[in-house]
Amino acid sequence: MKKKFNLWFLIPLLAFAGLVALMAIGLTRDPHLVPSPLIDRPAPNFLLPQLHEPGKTFSPADLKGQVWLLNVWASWCVSCREEHPLLLKFSRTHAVPMIGLDYKDQAADAQKWLSDYGDPYTLTAVDADGRVGIDYGVYGVPETYVIDRHGVIRYKQIGPVTLEALQKTILPLIAELKK
Amino acid sequence: MKPWLWLVLLCFSWPLHANEAKPLAEDEVVEQRLIKIAQEMRCLVCQNESLAGSRADLAEDLRREIRAQIRQGKTDQQVVDYMVSRYGDFVRYRPPVKPKTWFLWFGPFVFLAIGVAVLAFVLRRRNRDAAESPLSSEQKKQAEALLRDQS
Repeated sequence: MKKKFNLWFLIPLLAFAGLVALMAIGLTRDPHLVPSPLIDRPAPNFLLPQLHEPGKTFSPADLKGQVWLLNVWASWCVSCREEHPLLLKFSRTHAVPMIGLDYKDQAADAQKWLSDYGDPYTLTAVDADGRVGIDYGVYGVPETYVIDRHGVIRYKQIGPVTLEALQKTILPLIAELKK
Repeated sequence: MKPWLWLVLLCFSWPLHANEAKPLAEDEVVEQRLIKIAQEMRCLVCQNESLAGSRADLAEDLRREIRAQIRQGKTDQQVVDYMVSRYGDFVRYRPPVKPKTWFLWFGPFVFLAIGVAVLAFVLRRRNRDAAESPLSSEQKKQAEALLRDQS
C-alpha cells in the first residue's frame, strides 16, 4: 500500500520562513523613527523671541499663506553640524522661508554657532525651556517640519536632513505645496 | 584619651534621634500621580526606559510638564492624551486597542488558537490511524504461520 506523499510537513517550515522574513524586515527599520501624530495636523502655535533681535517675536501665524520649513536645532547638538552645509545650500535657493527653532540653548552659544558655521535661517526663534519643542513632539534634535500654506504640518524629518531626504521628499513636497 | 575609655563612653551615649528624611518633592500627592503616569510612558530618547526612570533631558522636561498639568487639576486621562497627541501611541507602554493594534493585541491568541487546532487535528488523525492499523484476518494468519515456523 503506497502512502500518499503529502506536503503538510512543509507548513511549519513555511510559517517559520515567514516569521524570519517579518523579523528581517523589522531589522531594517529604525526604531528611533517614531511616526509623528502631528502630520496633517495644524502646526501648534507659539510666540517666541527672536535670537538676533530679542525685542521681536515670531509666531507661525506670521507665515500663514506661505510654505515654510521649521528646523529645530541647538548649538549643543552634534548632528546639527551634519545637516548644516545642506541647509546653507538650501537657504541660498530662497525656495521657501526656513525658520530656525533654537531648542534649549544659550543665546550666546547659539549666536556664536551661527556666526562660526553660517546662518541659513530667515530668522531664528528661541525656545529656551523647550516647551514649544514638546508641543511639536520634538525628541531628537535636529528635526525639520514642512508646513503648508494653511499652517498644517505635512512632513517631519527626524534627525539630520540628508541629501536624499531633501531631493526625494522635501523638495518635491515643497514644489507640490507651492503650486 | 585611651581607646578603651572611648568605648566605655560610647556605651553610655544617648541614642540620637534622627528625623525621617523629608521627601524631596514639594507636593507628595502630585509626585505620586506623576510617577504613576510616567511609569506607563516610554521615554522617547532612551526607548527602553520609562518616563519615570529616565534621566534624559527630555524626560525631565516632560515630567515637569506633567507635574504642571497635574497641578492645574488635569485628570490622568487628560495628561495621557496630552502626551499621545504629541508623541503618538508609541509613548504608551500599553497601546490602546484599535483596528491598527488589533494584530498586536490579539495576534498571539490567534496563533495560539491555530496551534491548538493543528495539534488537535494531528492527534485525532494519529488516534484514528492507530485504531485502523490492526492486521486484517489474512495478515494475521500469515503472521501466525511465520511465528509457528520459527518455533
